[in-house]
Amino acid sequence: MSNKKLFLIGLVVSFVVAGFFSFYASSQPDGLERATAEQGLDVTAIDSANANSALADYGVAGIENERLSGFLGGAIGVALAGIAGTGIYFWVRTPKSGDIRH
Amino acid sequence: MHMPDGLINAPVSIGAAVIAAGAITVGLKKSKGTLDSQTAPLAGLVAVFIFAFQMMNFPVAAGTSGHLMGGALASILVGPYVAILVMTVVVSLQALVFADGGLSALGLNLLNMGIVSIVVSALLFAGLMKLLPKTRTSIIGVSATVAFISVLASAGAFVFEYSLGGNATYNIASVLISVMSVHVLIGIGEAIITGLTIGAILATRADLVYGARKFLPAHNLLIKESVVQSNV
Repeated sequence: MSNKKLFLIGLVVSFVVAGFFSFYASSQPDGLERATAEQGLDVTAIDSANANSALADYGVAGIENERLSGFLGGAIGVALAGIAGTGIYFWVRTPKSGDIRH
Repeated sequence: MHMPDGLINAPVSIGAAVIAAGAITVGLKKSKGTLDSQTAPLAGLVAVFIFAFQMMNFPVAAGTSGHLMGGALASILVGPYVAILVMTVVVSLQALVFADGGLSALGLNLLNMGIVSIVVSALLFAGLMKLLPKTRTSIIGVSATVAFISVLASAGAFVFEYSLGGNATYNIASVLISVMSVHVLIGIGEAIITGLTIGAILATRADLVYGARKFLPAHNLLIKESVVQSNV
């Protein structure tokens, strides 16, 4: 399988998971939330300073339709991770003189 | 696994941030040159993949969910130093843009989900592969095992940090049992996703898997060489 094909598959899978499947993700508290609540540790927890920001909780503020809001949140997240990931790519890559596939 | 603000006091949060910053600096320095132009794009893809799968909470017990953390997966796919950069991108993006995980707790979250899980994964992967036959099956089995342990290590790191600077009244033994028991279940999910992903990439492009390069070189290197020759 070529690099291009593998990366295309990876990107499509990530996009579909973040944009579409995430709608069906469990909305129950995660393990840490559950355990800290059980132990009464969550009483001191406070909302993040950006808890009301436009993309808080992977949705888009102002969009009533949960499915659309979650889709956009996931898609924006994947795009931002992709941009940052490209930054990592440029940082770590070392073009070699004998390497002809760029 | 994303800790909100206010759970752990300022000194321990700052301490964790300092350790995380140190580890990220090491990651930035040591990651340069560990991947070539063939494998480097994988680093970016892994960040996207882990971000996406972290959104996919799966149910683990009544009223509880878990999601992939990804430290083990990143460490095996792109090596521990690049993995530090990958997890830093994912966890920072979640906290800064999506308000998932507190801002003052960012250092703690980077430490637990990134650095601790990556260091444990890298050491355990290398150690177990030394003992086992160098086959594809071993690599997949070891990846799943390492993923499971990495979640317990992250959860254990949280309990340790809480014991140093927890803000509420607590009984550390019962916090330990409560946190660890639920993360045993989440660790099983982590093991399954990590094993399947590593298995899928090994089946198609084993040469891209950092952790497998030492063990499964001949076959794929031959293919690459013949491509180079035919193009020259």
